[in-house]
Amino acid sequence: MNYEPVIGLEVHVQLKTKTKVFCACPTEFGKEPNSQVCPVCLGFPGSLPVLNKTALEYAAKAGLALNCTVQKYTKFDRKHYYYPDLPKNIQISQYDLPISKDGYLDIEIGGRTKRIRIKRAHLEEDAGKLVHHENASLVDYNRTGQPLLEIVSEPDINSPEEAYEYLTSLKSIIQYTGVSDCDMEKGTLRCDANISLRPAGTKGLGVKSELKNLNSFKAVREALTYEIERHEQVITGGEQVVQETRLWDEKTGRTISMRTKEEAKDYRYFPEPDLPPFEWTEELIETIRKTIPELPKARAMRFMKEYGLQEADAKQLTCSMQAADLAEKTMRAYPGANKKTVVNWLIGPLASEANARSLQWHELGIKPEDLVELIGYVDSRQISNLAAKAVLTEMIDTRRTAGLIIKDKNLAQISDESSIEKDVAAVIAENPKVVEDFKSGKSNALMFLVGQVMKKTKGKANPQVVGDILKRRLQNA
Amino acid sequence: MIPMDHYRSTAHELLEKISAGQASARDIEESLKARISQTDPRVKAYVRLAEQNSSDCAGVATKSGPLAGIPIAVKDNICTEGIETGCCSKILGGFKPPYDATVITRLRAAGASIIPSKLNMDEFAFGSSTENSCFGPTHNPWDLGRVPGGSSGGSAAAVAADEAIMALGSDTGGSIRQPAAFCGVVGLKPTYGRVSRYGLIAFASSLDQIGPLTKDVHDACLLMNVIAGPDPMDSTSCSSQPPDYTRSLVQDVKGLSIGIPKEYFVEGMDPEVKEIVREAIKKIESLGAKTKEVSLPHTQYAVPVYYIIATAEASSNLARFDGVQYGLRSSDKRQITGSKLIDMYKHTRGEGFGPEAKRRILLGTFALSHGYYDAYYLRALKVRTLIWRDFKNVFEECDCLLTPTTPTPAFNIGEKTDDPLQMYLSDVLTISANLAGIPAISIPCGFTRAGLPVGMQMLAPAFKEETLFKAAFTYEQATPWHTMKPKL
Repeated sequence: MNYEPVIGLEVHVQLKTKTKVFCACPTEFGKEPNSQVCPVCLGFPGSLPVLNKTALEYAAKAGLALNCTVQKYTKFDRKHYYYPDLPKNIQISQYDLPISKDGYLDIEIGGRTKRIRIKRAHLEEDAGKLVHHENASLVDYNRTGQPLLEIVSEPDINSPEEAYEYLTSLKSIIQYTGVSDCDMEKGTLRCDANISLRPAGTKGLGVKSELKNLNSFKAVREALTYEIERHEQVITGGEQVVQETRLWDEKTGRTISMRTKEEAKDYRYFPEPDLPPFEWTEELIETIRKTIPELPKARAMRFMKEYGLQEADAKQLTCSMQAADLAEKTMRAYPGANKKTVVNWLIGPLASEANARSLQWHELGIKPEDLVELIGYVDSRQISNLAAKAVLTEMIDTRRTAGLIIKDKNLAQISDESSIEKDVAAVIAENPKVVEDFKSGKSNALMFLVGQVMKKTKGKANPQVVGDILKRRLQNA
Repeated sequence: MIPMDHYRSTAHELLEKISAGQASARDIEESLKARISQTDPRVKAYVRLAEQNSSDCAGVATKSGPLAGIPIAVKDNICTEGIETGCCSKILGGFKPPYDATVITRLRAAGASIIPSKLNMDEFAFGSSTENSCFGPTHNPWDLGRVPGGSSGGSAAAVAADEAIMALGSDTGGSIRQPAAFCGVVGLKPTYGRVSRYGLIAFASSLDQIGPLTKDVHDACLLMNVIAGPDPMDSTSCSSQPPDYTRSLVQDVKGLSIGIPKEYFVEGMDPEVKEIVREAIKKIESLGAKTKEVSLPHTQYAVPVYYIIATAEASSNLARFDGVQYGLRSSDKRQITGSKLIDMYKHTRGEGFGPEAKRRILLGTFALSHGYYDAYYLRALKVRTLIWRDFKNVFEECDCLLTPTTPTPAFNIGEKTDDPLQMYLSDVLTISANLAGIPAISIPCGFTRAGLPVGMQMLAPAFKEETLFKAAFTYEQATPWHTMKPKL
């Protein structure tokens, strides 16, 4: 029998507010342990939470960007569990009235669009961080009380690949709204997955396992793939899948059981009595909606229409808003009608430079007009493509313009034939065998000779001009 | 020569003496210290009395403000920076808050000094007799064999014994008013949201209010003038500015319409209490008020509703006492289960909480548990709305209500400790005000033949503390009860 995986994802994104969600402590990453704490986020006796309105607005903004309905009336609830990283042993979260619900996200999979429904997105406070030593565990409460948005999908995902696409798309949309960095390495995006199998074509749901410790999108994909296989083996072996929470072990590439359903906790949710419910006005929701920028998908479509880009190029250019902004400004500043030249520079040399530095394009410090200037020198054949790539590296390292670098390093391309003639004559004289090869019809012999001339001119000669001279001379000889 | 009887005075009398140059902050402090060392070994209103000597009153004479020079005694569940605050529970042993509660900040700003020994109470305010304190019971100054009431028993006893000029208590189901009645002092539970709860170690967040316990109504107004008002640190505090409560100190109840709820003269009520309160009603009528019988039909549900909501919230609020950051951490290394972490929780909470705290945590945990929430907590919330509506309806036909504060006068120490239900029922007349969020005051209205004080309670619509103060002041000025002192 064929089995179909049924997957639901719970994603936590940390909202980028300046202060924590229920107190005025700063939220900066990487500070000395327990340096960003106060009686409220430490859960000291007598302290009370006060809601950070910006966190609420960010949560609503993300919800709206995910096509959710922002509920008019929202409240907070207490979720109870004991763990040392949770100073009150209460997490302030939302139970039955999340900020937003009933949204969706469209992903591209196998050349078609699939809609993944989003059940709800709610605001809650983050817990602290445990640091384990041999004989003791220490707690860092800096993260305690940072605002988190938990985004829960419906079980509409049917393959690890779809899960990967969903996450990529979700991250991109949230980043566009500016409410979170969605950086898994810094823990500003975290993901748990629920997975079960059912006979293909049926409607019911099988027994699920919940996967934790997924530290990258790749890990999500791999853990799901592993778990699907595991479920299949259990079922085809005639046994029952046990409902449990399992941890992904990246080193061994396996999942291990953490706790079973029998040990599942009763969180004893009840309305947080220290925080009055919040009522949204239609006006406020609309004000927030207006702050949502053009989202990645719409932007890619527009790039295709407006700048004549291919779909793949458009998608790559719009994956992050800052990158898309840089791309669009560069395309606009570029005078040529065919924007492909600019796109090739962006997804080619610029992307390599960014990768080499583990940065994104917009973080390289290259301004659109600087890039257009550089491309201009290539277009007008003032420098070679090869030289231009070196100039780009120099531009990024020194923050100087292309013009200055070309002048300083004397990189201007020689297109003046008379000054090239001498070097061409010398190369012909020095390589009689290759010249014979060319005459006998070996076309790559010409490439070699061009290369030799380029070497002599230290890369400054216009290779096309060199080729023309060589051809003329050799064919006439 | 220092006149040493300042301790007998009210705050408003002392403020007059200070401005007339007849008293100083230092004199008052010395006088109070002498009184405490003389009587508190018998009354036991204060805990950690050794702290008394590390007084922060020095230099207070240079302070100005409406309460400049007046020492304030504080219940052990209100956070005072650097001064041990422990809710009279072992589990908070050694806890010195790194911050002041908002009411303490306001009192300091008003020139008052904070007495560094705190006032005894039932552990976490769980009780009606102050017997559930890890320090042992406080004794009623009128009869040392009896309880002072609770949970603010230390506050009421200290004021009644002249061991405090004025005191702060907290009231979740009657914890200010019941001990005020038992000890013959004035106690006010303000409207929910009128006084900031920031820094009050929570018992039941939707019911708790800090309030004054004082020797007369005038002092209650003075204290409220300082502690009431909006606080950005408490989201449930009301954003409107409170009035100047001393303006309510006028003797005038002419035309005031007072409802007498028939459900409040309960079966099993002490006949003497009933008679004394009936006398008080006649007295206030003679001063010009009009009274009429009214009905609050859902009164009988107040106690069960309260013990679901209050314990549910308490079980949640007390979850944080786990031995991780502060207070007691059990040194018991015996493992109960396989995991060390859960053993730390179990031993710490097992040793740290007293029997009543454990009982309430269990009750509340049960009420919130999966499968029981709808039947208990949710249903209790619905009935709470009905109780709130009873008051809304009745205040359409009268300005305030008058009832006994308690069904009996102070009972004997040990009398009800074995019967929690009997203990819970001693709050039957005070609980509804907390459920409805309305203000209520208890003032002395007479004495039993055995010489025990009896209190009458008045209740008003939300944010109408002024109505209570005006009626209470008028009655008080026409009667001798507030001037009477226990023999100690």
